[in-house]
Amino acid sequence: MIVQALAFYLFAAVTVAAAFMVIVARNPVHSVLFLILTFFNAAGLFVLIGAEFLAMILVVVYVGAVAVLFLFVVMMLDIDFVELRQGFLQYVPIGAVIGLILVAELILVIGANSAGDASAAGSALSSSFPPVSEVSNTDALGRLIYTEYAYLFEAAGMVLLVAMIGAIVLTLRQRPGVRKQNISAQVSRRREDGVELRDVKPGQGI
Amino acid sequence: MSSGEFISPDLMPAMPELILACGAMALLMLGVFRGDQSTRLVTLLSVGLMIVAGGFVLAQGDARVETFSGSFVVDAFSHYAKILILLGSSVILLMARDYQRRENMERFEFPVLVLLATLGMLMMVSANDLIALYMGLELQSLALYVIAAFKRDSERSTEAGLKYFVLGALASGILLYGASLIYGFAGTTNFTALASLMGAAETSIGLIFGLVFLAAGLAFKISAVPFHMWTPDVYEGAPTPVTALFASAPKVAAMALFIRVLMGPMPGLSGEWQQIIVFLSIASMVLGAVAAIGQSNIKRLMAYSSIGHMGFALVGLAAGTPEGIQGVLIYMAIYVAMNFGVFGCILAMRDKQGMLENINDLAGLGRTNPMMALALALLMFSLAGIPPLAGFFAKFYVFLAAIQAGLYALAVIGVLASVVGAFYYLRIIKIMYFDAPADAIEAPMSGELRLVVGASALFTLFFFLYPAPILSVAEHAATALF
Repeated sequence: MIVQALAFYLFAAVTVAAAFMVIVARNPVHSVLFLILTFFNAAGLFVLIGAEFLAMILVVVYVGAVAVLFLFVVMMLDIDFVELRQGFLQYVPIGAVIGLILVAELILVIGANSAGDASAAGSALSSSFPPVSEVSNTDALGRLIYTEYAYLFEAAGMVLLVAMIGAIVLTLRQRPGVRKQNISAQVSRRREDGVELRDVKPGQGI
Repeated sequence: MSSGEFISPDLMPAMPELILACGAMALLMLGVFRGDQSTRLVTLLSVGLMIVAGGFVLAQGDARVETFSGSFVVDAFSHYAKILILLGSSVILLMARDYQRRENMERFEFPVLVLLATLGMLMMVSANDLIALYMGLELQSLALYVIAAFKRDSERSTEAGLKYFVLGALASGILLYGASLIYGFAGTTNFTALASLMGAAETSIGLIFGLVFLAAGLAFKISAVPFHMWTPDVYEGAPTPVTALFASAPKVAAMALFIRVLMGPMPGLSGEWQQIIVFLSIASMVLGAVAAIGQSNIKRLMAYSSIGHMGFALVGLAAGTPEGIQGVLIYMAIYVAMNFGVFGCILAMRDKQGMLENINDLAGLGRTNPMMALALALLMFSLAGIPPLAGFFAKFYVFLAAIQAGLYALAVIGVLASVVGAFYYLRIIKIMYFDAPADAIEAPMSGELRLVVGASALFTLFFFLYPAPILSVAEHAATALF
């Protein structure tokens, strides 16, 4: 138990510290690297609560794809972040108000939750979930996604299809007059089409 | 649950959606292989698909059927909304053809995206689960963001798309936050389970918070005040057929979803949500009436008009009675029909240089093009709510329901707002008939436009003679929710 508690405090402390560094680091590349550190530690927290599939997804998707994409964007675009932050202070009051409202709501909600209203919540949980103690996360998710939630899974597929079409519609430009590689023409080219033998007489040009 | 016990879901209730989904993918392949010269073919096939899907909707019985583990539901209410949505999208696709030809927008992705957006709308209308609600809404919104920016070489169109996307993403985030709160406090996302939970137990403050956030997210989608800021800019910037689409089918879908969310799982909370709807309704009616007065761009004016009309439709929802819901459904049908005609006329406003969007370009239309002026005048009178045109009856039913539900103040404010709003509709008529002609609008309208504008004008003119079919269908749809 004590090892788990220690691991929790380690991961949690590093997560919070790294998340803080993301927003205070002056160099945007450092920000992204701290973001990756945050993701890794959050994945550690997921492992601790027994959600190993989520932990893996977090590492593969967020660290592997999203954060690397961020890194590319930050490195390739020459954005002056110091200049971007110039007007930052004038938004502090309104940001603080919104933050306070959200905190107050959270306190209200958590207060109501701990006051015993949560009894209704547990009872309605669908009984179709496979027991966590018997099967692994991946197994349980697989059983649900392709049965109970097949409709939602397919709908997610349609949303991704629209995103793909949208990206192509808005960015792909067909420029005329561009030479493209035509592989079938290359492969079907014969020796006679490309090589011409000339009999060159000594002492003369062609 | 082991995989052996799994019973595959009944696909028949979702047949219209399946047809649209598979058809959209097939048309996408057709477009990719045949290139942009297949645009007309893809457009016509898309309209055909929507008609087939509509046939399947009509063929389904009126009984309430749930499928896909209860996350998808069809009933008389969803049938009504689906027919209206399919009608809206297919008419807009036909109206857009002429515009696409002239404005170099003939690309096959346009009908495919409209088809996918329509699929999302149908899924919204049939959602019986918070996740299904969100997936349908996102599918619809994502496709609409793209077609708002479809003229990617036009600065205004890309600006409209970007604005819509950023604000829409914010609204989706708010909606998701609300959905997660509801799930956290109820332990279920299914509307049927939520309804039984709320009928039984004392509602917790967390659920009410969730409901407020959910309502805010949905209010954005129907552009009710104070979540309306995106509407004028997006309507003005988007290509005109896209604006016409925004003002019709998505509004119906979002309003139907709003009704289903509030009437389905939340009837026990009606005391809480009624205040929200009354506020949204009053604010939308007043702002829609007042802010439109200063507009000179007709698309911007129609944006404020749509904000106002959504306020009027919300009056019926605020009543929360079967009569109120019936009123909203009739309102949406008449509103969509009037919009077809008005946007048909806006699509016909062009000269040799291109599209005209200024209200003053309509000056003297009564002399240069009397038929179009007559149709537009009729539609404007109807939008203003002058009897005996259809727009009057739309307002009449929602106000009647509000009075029956005891919401006198709401009804009085609504009537006052519609009087103020009549000013800017009548101003357009005044410009058309009493101002000196501007440069004549080149208006050999295309056949499709002439047909749509004519049908829309005749519908608004003669609705009062035989309103019974729409009234009874709407009543049937509304009672399915109670």
